[in-house]
Amino acid sequence: MWRALLHRTISLVAALAVASVVIFVMLQAVPGDPAAFMLGLNAQPDTVAALRAELGLEGSLPARYLDWIGGMLTGDFGTSYTYRVPVAELVADRIGVSAPLALYALGLTLLVAIPAGLLAASRRGGVADWGVMGATQLGLAVPNFWFAMLLVLVFAVSLGWVSAGGFPGWSDPVAAIGALTLPAIALALPQASILARVLRSALLDTLDADYIRTARAKGLSRRATVLRHALRNAAIPVLTILGLQFSFLLAGAIIIENVFFLPGLGRLIFQGITQRDLVVVQSVTMLLVFAVIAVTFAVELAYTLADPRLRRR
Amino acid sequence: MTALLENEGPRPHGGGSELSDPATDRDALLAFDRLSLAIHGTTILHDVSLALFAGRVTGLVGESGSGKSMTALAAIGLLPDGAATSGAIRMDGRDLVALRERDWLGIRGNDVAMIFQEPMTALNPVHTIGAQVAETLRLRGASRAEAMRIARDRLDRVGLSRIPLDRYPHELSGGQRQRVCIALAIARRPRLLIADEPTTALDVTTQAEILALLRGLVDDEGMALLLITHDLGVVAGIADRVAVMNNGRIVEADTTEALFRHHRDPYTRDLLAASRVPARARRKVPPDPVLAARDVVRTYGAHRAVDGVSFTLHRGESLGLVGESGCGKSTLTRALLGLEPVQGGAIELMGRPGGTAMTRGERAKVSVVFQDPYGSFDPRWTVRRIVAEPFHLTGRPRDADARLAATLERVGLGAGDLDKYPHEFSGGQRQRIAIARALVTEPEVLVLDEAVSALDVRVRAQVLALLDDLQTRLGLAYLFIGHDLSVVRAIADRVIVMQAGRFVEEGPVADVFTAPESDYTRTLIAAAPAIPDAWVKETS
Amino acid sequence: MSWAFRIGALLAGLAVLAAGVGLVWLPYDTASVNIAERTLGPSMAHPLGTDHFGRDMVSMLMAGARTSIAVALLAVGIGAGAGVPLGLLAAARRGAWVDEVVMRGNDLIFAFPSLVIAILITAVFGPSAVNAILAIGIFNIPVFARVARGGALPLWTLDYVMAARVAGKGRGRISVEHILPNIANLLIVQATIQFSLGILAEAALSYVGLGAQPPTASWGRMLADAQTMIYTEPQLAILPGLAIVGTVLGLNLLGDGLRDLLDPRLRRMRM
Repeated sequence: MWRALLHRTISLVAALAVASVVIFVMLQAVPGDPAAFMLGLNAQPDTVAALRAELGLEGSLPARYLDWIGGMLTGDFGTSYTYRVPVAELVADRIGVSAPLALYALGLTLLVAIPAGLLAASRRGGVADWGVMGATQLGLAVPNFWFAMLLVLVFAVSLGWVSAGGFPGWSDPVAAIGALTLPAIALALPQASILARVLRSALLDTLDADYIRTARAKGLSRRATVLRHALRNAAIPVLTILGLQFSFLLAGAIIIENVFFLPGLGRLIFQGITQRDLVVVQSVTMLLVFAVIAVTFAVELAYTLADPRLRRR
Repeated sequence: MTALLENEGPRPHGGGSELSDPATDRDALLAFDRLSLAIHGTTILHDVSLALFAGRVTGLVGESGSGKSMTALAAIGLLPDGAATSGAIRMDGRDLVALRERDWLGIRGNDVAMIFQEPMTALNPVHTIGAQVAETLRLRGASRAEAMRIARDRLDRVGLSRIPLDRYPHELSGGQRQRVCIALAIARRPRLLIADEPTTALDVTTQAEILALLRGLVDDEGMALLLITHDLGVVAGIADRVAVMNNGRIVEADTTEALFRHHRDPYTRDLLAASRVPARARRKVPPDPVLAARDVVRTYGAHRAVDGVSFTLHRGESLGLVGESGCGKSTLTRALLGLEPVQGGAIELMGRPGGTAMTRGERAKVSVVFQDPYGSFDPRWTVRRIVAEPFHLTGRPRDADARLAATLERVGLGAGDLDKYPHEFSGGQRQRIAIARALVTEPEVLVLDEAVSALDVRVRAQVLALLDDLQTRLGLAYLFIGHDLSVVRAIADRVIVMQAGRFVEEGPVADVFTAPESDYTRTLIAAAPAIPDAWVKETS
Repeated sequence: MSWAFRIGALLAGLAVLAAGVGLVWLPYDTASVNIAERTLGPSMAHPLGTDHFGRDMVSMLMAGARTSIAVALLAVGIGAGAGVPLGLLAAARRGAWVDEVVMRGNDLIFAFPSLVIAILITAVFGPSAVNAILAIGIFNIPVFARVARGGALPLWTLDYVMAARVAGKGRGRISVEHILPNIANLLIVQATIQFSLGILAEAALSYVGLGAQPPTASWGRMLADAQTMIYTEPQLAILPGLAIVGTVLGLNLLGDGLRDLLDPRLRRMRM
């Protein structure tokens, strides 16, 4: 088990290294002169030169890369060109919106998907199964940003229950959670649909397994068989999907934060693009990729624990 | 058929409660009474009547698709969805057929338990064996300590006293896993144990141990055992009574010895004849080496899968290679076919370097027939394309179509079969197609890798006869790889016994079987299920 | 054929038809602005009304279908074209360094949220439909590679592949002759799934302004434009959304139906 853990850790670090190189090359090497790129076509040569100095573009590419990575590792993410504040500060600020939003959406996803998947699998071919399959089929087809617009139309415009966008800050937790509720629902809809379907099919697959027949033959009821034998084996594919969903959740958040004007990481990176603030884009992208890789790592660890065959004695 | 049952079988006379064992005159523990079964409208069982007795082993024998497994599942209430039954299964004055699922919960594991064929997948991989044996005890209110104590006791009883309770299934061998399956089936001391092909997936020596364990349980604990198998040799060694099943009907039933000695049904006779393929007559093969191995070594890392083996196969000769799973015979086969390199020694084909050193033309001289009649062909290819595939080695001859037709006819199929797809053929016909594919390049050597192991006995006998005939007509050399000694005996002139990567014995088939030199060979022969000669001679 | 499959084929067929007709003919020009006729209700001339620039909604939706389907289709082409050969190669050389490189490369692409790839590409090259195709297509590559490899691996253990090797065929030839035709079903089903995901991704990208640029019409762009008028003209936000939902739902149902139809294991189970 420790060897497997070491192996996974090494590949985690390698993936991060390669990802950082890809991001760096795309943003620093491909555009030619990043300073000129950031300032646009009409920039004065001396402004460009000043920015080059400010960004430390004098050094060679490898030196600049190491500089950037060294900074990332010590918490120095550079200084935003447009906001004139350290990127780390911006990130710290914005993460207070994005992380709760992602967790809120994940919570809703699990809350809906697990009972729905269990219900559909245990009533295979029945009315409940058809209902869950039909609803999730629709949930998969609805773009989350459009769903968000419909939610705004109904709950903010027609009913006036919540505000249509913006974020009041955490000084008023009730209002803050209220502001995150519609975005979280919009984010959770497609994710819950996927997860419910995966859970259903994973359960049905394990219910066909020989050991399920063994359990039935020794006197377990259908219900006990599902709960004691099928669920834990079905957890392995479900965990894998859950890990992948984190990546979709982040991508979805970038869009949803824009629909609701939430000051999160997604909106930060998006503003960075429109303002050509490469420092912000580069560091925030790296952070997002780090988050995805770290979650994948955690998921692999989780199912190593769930499956004794992967645990080496 | 009815007349037969009246004479031979334990027929119900006006109700299950009157059923009795002719040997002991005790009431039947469980009795199938004219049980019929259809699944989604397809009839699977017709009027099956059979009584099972405490302390007795009843063998239920039949070929694949005969309905024997469905009979078993009916007795434990685990029939698939869409099953419609008529008739009755009587136990303790109740009709099990009429029970609702809730009532079954009190019977499964408590009165009736079951073990299945595939021990590798029958246990839940994420729970410890102790937990799986103890599970139903815990659910029935035993304390954790008490349940674990019983689990330990049951595992000891099945011969796993050295295996801790906290082991997971993947840490055990196939035979050990089947013992765990038995332990969890008998955890609550059921009165009837159903075993559906419990040893089919196991090696012969393991099979013998598991059968002895089952027999011991029946004798010690007074259980009834319904043993379902395709192998008459297995029932001959263990069963008190035997019922023969064909096409969903019990065609004949009697005490074991009586059934073997005095069977009347033609199906039983065919089955018995096919199960005892006669040993090959001793013949002289003039020395003319076609394939030879000298001190061949094949390693995977530190593991020596093949550890310095040598043999010579002569033109027109049949050489059997016998061993249990993992002994290295498949690895050796792949090396001989030139699919994998060897790390030591040499392979020679007709005096030239063999193995991976073979040219395309030389590769055409060695062909192979595999075990699985279903995985052997690309399901999207026609027979024409399948059989022609080895022409890749020789270049497609001008008269390819004529040769394809001729080859198919040689194996007992017709030119009309060329444009069919594999799924249109039965298992035995598929094996004939596989043989045709192997013959199409007119090879010198045919490697038969468990080539008849997956076939039902009657089909197996036909394919063996075909192979015998082809050898005589074409002068082929066979390397026959197998685990079933009686089959190897029927086809081989000489036999090699392989164990842990080495050859432990080699000699003419008759000598090795009558006077084995190594302990391992003796163990193998003793473990192989066999019908006593005396039982069969009377009928022939 | 199940009713779900029929509905799927109908919906997806409708979208493809709209896009196909839209390639050669639209009822009205979608590039010209006619403020006098803006936000009209349904009429004989404009069955679905007009938008805030006075453009015919039917024409806009057809032009949007054209963009969405072209982008998604080309992205599937990139994904399958690069991913399937990589997956076959990885399976043929299981455990070798090629396999390792392909699979780790896949993991790496998976580590980037798909939208982040799009953002990186557009950050450098500017937003356009071509860049949207590239961004979605790159993300499709590991999906197809994984499906192809996963489908191919069990086939490599089968005796017919062994028989082909005994017949002297190389791994490449076996991959093409035996493996690819036997995983085609899996790939077709995956292609419909990726097609529908591509439509969703294109809509999301053009919604945030990173996809097709005006005057090219696209469903996502229409939704973005409609968002500011959602209080007054909700139908402008609802119609393109329904178009997306209908197309994606149709493709998903089609994919499920195809899987049932093509998977012999399922076919046998239903018998």
